[in-house]
Amino acid sequence: MISRRDFLQATIAASAIIGASGIGQWGRLAAQQRLTQDDLLGFDPLGSVTLIHLTDLHAQLKPVWFREPEINIGVGEVNGLPPHVTGADFLKLYDIKPGSPEAYALSHQDFEALAKAYGRMGGLDRAATVVKSIRSERPDALLLDGGDTWHGSYVAEKTAGQDVVNVMNLLKPDAMTSHWEFTLGRDRVDEIVETLEFPFLGANIFDAEWDEPAYEPYKMFERGGAKIAVIGQSFPYMPIANPGWMFPGLSFGIREERIVELVAEVRDQGAELVVLLSHNGFDVDRKLASRVQGIDIILCGHTHDALPEPVQVGETFLIASGSNGKFVSRIDVEISGGAMKALRHKLIPVFSDIIAPDAEMAAAINAERAPYEAELSEVLGRTDSLLYRRGNFNGTWDDLICNALIEEREADIALSPGFRWGPSLLPGDPITREALFNVTGMSYPAAYRSEMTGERLKAILEDVADNLFNPDPFYQQGGDMVRVGGMGYAIDVGKPMGARVSQMTLLASGEPVEPSKSYVVAGWASVNEETEGPAIWDVVEAYIKRKKVIQLDPNKSVKVFRA
Amino acid sequence: MELTRRDALLLGAGAVAASVLPQPLFAAEPTLDELIAAFTEGAEVKDGGVDIGAPEIAENGNTVPVDVSAEGATSILLLAGGNPSPGVATFHFGKLAVPSASTRIRLAQTQDIVAVAKLSDGSYVKASRAVKVTIGGCGG
Repeated sequence: MISRRDFLQATIAASAIIGASGIGQWGRLAAQQRLTQDDLLGFDPLGSVTLIHLTDLHAQLKPVWFREPEINIGVGEVNGLPPHVTGADFLKLYDIKPGSPEAYALSHQDFEALAKAYGRMGGLDRAATVVKSIRSERPDALLLDGGDTWHGSYVAEKTAGQDVVNVMNLLKPDAMTSHWEFTLGRDRVDEIVETLEFPFLGANIFDAEWDEPAYEPYKMFERGGAKIAVIGQSFPYMPIANPGWMFPGLSFGIREERIVELVAEVRDQGAELVVLLSHNGFDVDRKLASRVQGIDIILCGHTHDALPEPVQVGETFLIASGSNGKFVSRIDVEISGGAMKALRHKLIPVFSDIIAPDAEMAAAINAERAPYEAELSEVLGRTDSLLYRRGNFNGTWDDLICNALIEEREADIALSPGFRWGPSLLPGDPITREALFNVTGMSYPAAYRSEMTGERLKAILEDVADNLFNPDPFYQQGGDMVRVGGMGYAIDVGKPMGARVSQMTLLASGEPVEPSKSYVVAGWASVNEETEGPAIWDVVEAYIKRKKVIQLDPNKSVKVFRA
Repeated sequence: MELTRRDALLLGAGAVAASVLPQPLFAAEPTLDELIAAFTEGAEVKDGGVDIGAPEIAENGNTVPVDVSAEGATSILLLAGGNPSPGVATFHFGKLAVPSASTRIRLAQTQDIVAVAKLSDGSYVKASRAVKVTIGGCGG
């Protein structure tokens, strides 16, 4: 008898014929300009059930540049494990050739040169082609949206997410879960949910007063002759990481006991495959999988990781499908005797120059953009530096934002939150208003200016650092470190909270930041309701227009240690 | 009959007499260990056997939902070790009560919630659970 584990390994070995990493090995084809849509979509079908996973789109309906992180530190038990492996180590781990299309899609290595060779990625019109292609072969496939869908662009900001809702409806998802959706406000979310023809799942969203479920927790499907339960898990730290006053009366949390109960409930109802459509973040999902029995597949979101192979924890398989429309995951599952027997997975990279846009979707996207085309395309300036956001400690987009905050708001120190959304720009690219909104567009953009003591600044840095580097994933919130302008510091990620941050120094003078002294601090995206100030995009637009050309020096202001 | 969690909580509340610990205004606050010693009258306390439900990270440190339960408990002492006054409440359960209770507490800082249960055989068990209180605001 072949054990389940053997079977899966056999499956992976078999897929080695078409691509050992579960993504493909198309370097030579690409070099000869013969890489085709069929190569990208080719899949040796398995079983009768197919899942399609798309997550963390952040309203990126058009193809984008998106540089993956160079620094993504894992602490505690996950030190050195995916997704905390980057660059050359990542390529080695997954046997990906440097300079190949897979290397471009999945790592930061040689990003600028490879971007020019392989082009932009994503675009919901291309994703639509992928989804339609899979459905033509597997009409029963379930399309599951992991959330962070209705937010992150100029048009999404202007229409309170309606543009994304409209075009996503064309894709006909079978279920979704959420995070940034709630920054549109609870009433707006409920208004949209009323119109959806698919469930908006959030098993961990509760009415705070009565401690009762506030949204549908799961949905049972019969597809491919099997009973499939999809349980939705919204971002657990919604009222902490984002402004709780925007969705009053709702409580979130990981609620592990609730997941245990629901897995038992859906199994009692005959579920042969249990899928958690999750916005927990990868490390939280990995820990959850080690503690909760009976989940077959976790479709991971929130932390924006793109992994070419599933990560197995006990009997559970974790699938990480990237962000910003760069990837679509296809998972085929064989079910027999009421249980999952094998799965086959492919992280499909959406190369926008290779995958043809779906005409219906392309037209719908253009129609949503049409009323705003003039504002979107206005050129504010040009960048001579690569602008990207991802990385644990800084990214050049936030260097630019912090510089703008310091100069335009006459501050000593600037803070920019550690968001992980926002695509990249290549050196020489124009900075359009659309590009600026792709990294700033959201519903609480006020750029505050206030006085803070050195002690308060240290407390903020320590607090955020613990959200990122707490060795227990259940205490992590999944963003990156708050970006700091005008001040350098050292951080030892291995220390406990309160002891990680040291050597806080004003960059302008080289003087140490004194705990008792007050400094003028400018920042944006405060979760406090009374925050006042101009919108961050107006601050940065004024700065870019004044500078005309953006050129950034390498940021060496954060020294990282590990005890 | 199927009891929902809310029903169970309401039932539990009906059968429970909860007493909020007195907070002396002028005397020095008893420490966590002193409160436990007073509750157990110095008896040995074993680890485990008490379930504490609380969020990993508090959504609002001013009102953190906490529930405690322990099979076979006649009373449960609930403490917040990191608060200026660690005492929160003692729940006493009658013979017909489900030994489970929930309340909301204010947490001054990141800390361990501690619960000590007195079981019907006179023995004591204890558990703790970390709840983080954070400034928040940089996720996503």
